[in-house]
Amino acid sequence: MWQYTFKRLIQGIITVWFIATATFFAMHSVPGDPLANDKAVTAEIRANLEEKYGLNRPLTEQYLIYMGNILQGDFGISFTQQNRRVNDIIREHFPISAILGILAVVFAGLGGVLWGALTALYRNRLPDIVIMFLVILGISVPSFVVAAISQLTLVNINDLVGFSLLPVAGWGTVWHMLVPSLVLGLGTMAYLTRLMRSSMLEIVHADFVRTAKAKGLPATRVFANHQIRNAILPVITVLGPSIAAITTGGFVVELVFAIPGLGRYFVQAVQQLDYTVIMGTTVFYGAFLVFMVIVVDLLYGWIDPRVRLE
Amino acid sequence: MTTAVTEDSFTKSAGKQMIGFAAICVGGIALLMLGLSWASSLTSSGSGNADAVDADSRTITSFLRTEPPQLNSSLATDQVSGMVLGHVMEGLLRYDENNQLVPGVAERWEVTRDGATFWLRPEATWSDGIAVTAHDFVFAWRVALDPKVASEYAFILYSVKNGEAINSGEAPLDALGVTALDDHTLVVEFERPLAYFDKLVAFPTYYPIREDFYNATDGSFGSDASTLLYNGPFVISRWVHGANLLMEKNPNYWNPDRISIDRLDFAYITSDANATLNLFKDDKIAYATLLAENLNNAMGQDWNIERFMDGSVFYIEFNHRDDRPTRNVNLRKAMQLATDSAELVYKVTKLPGYLPGESLFPIWLKGVNGFFREEYPAPVARLDLTEARIYLEKAKRELGVSDIPPLVLLTGDNPVSNIQSEYYQQVFRKNLGLDLKIDKQIFKQRLAKMLSGEFDMVLAGWGPDYDDPLTFGDLFASWNLNNRGQYNNPQLDEWVAVAQTSQDPKTRMDAFGEIQQILFDDAVLLYNYERGIVYVTKPKMQGLVRRAVGPDPDYTNVTIIDG
Repeated sequence: MWQYTFKRLIQGIITVWFIATATFFAMHSVPGDPLANDKAVTAEIRANLEEKYGLNRPLTEQYLIYMGNILQGDFGISFTQQNRRVNDIIREHFPISAILGILAVVFAGLGGVLWGALTALYRNRLPDIVIMFLVILGISVPSFVVAAISQLTLVNINDLVGFSLLPVAGWGTVWHMLVPSLVLGLGTMAYLTRLMRSSMLEIVHADFVRTAKAKGLPATRVFANHQIRNAILPVITVLGPSIAAITTGGFVVELVFAIPGLGRYFVQAVQQLDYTVIMGTTVFYGAFLVFMVIVVDLLYGWIDPRVRLE
Repeated sequence: MTTAVTEDSFTKSAGKQMIGFAAICVGGIALLMLGLSWASSLTSSGSGNADAVDADSRTITSFLRTEPPQLNSSLATDQVSGMVLGHVMEGLLRYDENNQLVPGVAERWEVTRDGATFWLRPEATWSDGIAVTAHDFVFAWRVALDPKVASEYAFILYSVKNGEAINSGEAPLDALGVTALDDHTLVVEFERPLAYFDKLVAFPTYYPIREDFYNATDGSFGSDASTLLYNGPFVISRWVHGANLLMEKNPNYWNPDRISIDRLDFAYITSDANATLNLFKDDKIAYATLLAENLNNAMGQDWNIERFMDGSVFYIEFNHRDDRPTRNVNLRKAMQLATDSAELVYKVTKLPGYLPGESLFPIWLKGVNGFFREEYPAPVARLDLTEARIYLEKAKRELGVSDIPPLVLLTGDNPVSNIQSEYYQQVFRKNLGLDLKIDKQIFKQRLAKMLSGEFDMVLAGWGPDYDDPLTFGDLFASWNLNNRGQYNNPQLDEWVAVAQTSQDPKTRMDAFGEIQQILFDDAVLLYNYERGIVYVTKPKMQGLVRRAVGPDPDYTNVTIIDG
């Protein structure tokens, strides 16, 4: 177990190094000039800027300096926010994305298991048909549409009741989190519902379920201990990567609901060719994703004793 | 039969279990949210819980389109930073509610041919109570020109003696032609004769910075509310990056009677126009811009709908480099006669508030006495296909080709640019049989290609830096770095020199009139539009000032109507 964990961690570090290197060279080969702006700058000012960001050195030297800095945990200074360190940007904005993401994953996970089990239970009956229709909607409608519609609905509801039932946008209280996290988790919830439904259906007629019933176990125990516990395994598998995907993929939701998360820095940095922020956020999110996958693998072994971690 | 019964009861009890599961979920989520709300209180503080216009606490709540990258006035380049700085800082001069230059920190000033003198008011203080002195201006200007600081707007100080030499590292910082005669007298020497220096000093790069405070921030000046010192009507009392920015009335501002609100809460930061309109509807913010699709809906509401020109002009620039067909004036003339900016604005883009482009000089610029464009009406090309085709034939002969090769139209990647470039593609094919190849690029790559000249035509635009026609007038001078098509006309350069150095307003405006005529005669540009903005405000908030040059929107004159 410990040896396995150690091995995975080493693999993870190599993966992150690979992500960093690939991003570094891909980023530098993206056409465009990170220092160009609407108004042209004189050769002197440009030279000063290049000196400040070290862009006047050869690419390999830049790479070595950058890797050295990352090892010391220093992601450098943003190109677009000249006085802000990338470390500060991540430190201030990631927690917000994480809170939003955790809540969205909780909604998605619990909702997915609940609806999935329900549809399997009522297979081909009204609840199944209704929920599966909603699931198709949830998977196919992109989050920027859902976000805009839900915000508009909120405005209309607030207008109807005459006061602000729930805030339309912004961040700060628990009420601000409710709608954005539901919107953010919706796609994953729909996906998990489908996954849960099919794995439940596989298990309903499995031998061990029939045995359990034949032994005369109460229906609730059969359902909870035999069916759900077995059916949930594939759900756990996808939950890890989706935690990472949700915490990183909140850009649109963050924009619509004016939430100060890391997502918008992640996207804007690429548009602005803000090299240090691109590197910082990519390496950070890359490490986060790798870490979540390792955690899920370990969790897998804990839930399903048949899996040997070697 | 028995199996069916068992199945059914199994379903029922499982259903009960699900209800139990659901109840536990709801309880768990409630607990989790409580925990998260505690956690989030560590990362940001409550903002924007009041009504948009709150008469009791004298608070106006609004939004920012983007987060200011930083608020170091010597580095600021973008419009949002300029707006925020305009509320918390004050330069030697400032713009009033009628967009006229009025005394700021300087109570009087004198501009001569070779220099300027500003007499500072002794009562002006920083937010910590210490007096604003002439030394603070000297220090700020030196910082902006310091090569190590690498300010992108350093060029705006090049009119001060030795400014350019210092910025390129050829002269020491103290060689700058600005001196503090005493604490309240600032003397400026010009690099060359200059008539519009008073209009420059309202720009953020010219704002004062106090040396001891700047040095104490150890390189992070302007990155946070705690690393800023203010001398304007407001101070920033809270700045949560990416989330909100709260301004409160500056108790140490020398002219507190000018300000009637106590708090200005920029509670939201988002560039999504629909989101801001939703916030406006929900009475959370006092101001929002309108998109074309929301205009009809807004008309039906009890809102103040207003329009203003934001000052920018948009046009197609031609490439005049030797290897480009667009260097031929007759080809450009043909294209000028084959387009109609009114059709583009009213039938194609259909953006509310926009005006068809007719000149490089927008309509709001002031002339000798009134508006420049009224005193010097722009020559207008009427759509005339017969003549256009004659010019085209001439062009083909001069270029020695039977057909003009496909022309590359470089554009940005956004909906408005897409519509425009497709419109031009279709118009030139139909009217002149010309092929346009649309080269759509992301922002930074479009700029890179503009700089290296990889285009025949490019969709471009320009916004003003200071309130003088020269901010547009020198754009196509051969020495101007923003002249991306490298248009080179000694005659135009001469008129630019006249406008730069002449002291007589009439002579200067005549020069701009000549420049306008040359740009037309040489068909240097195809004008698209002047950008307008349609916006809504809450009726309870009065006196929001919009301006093309200077902090916009300006809330300093806002009053709250009670009831």
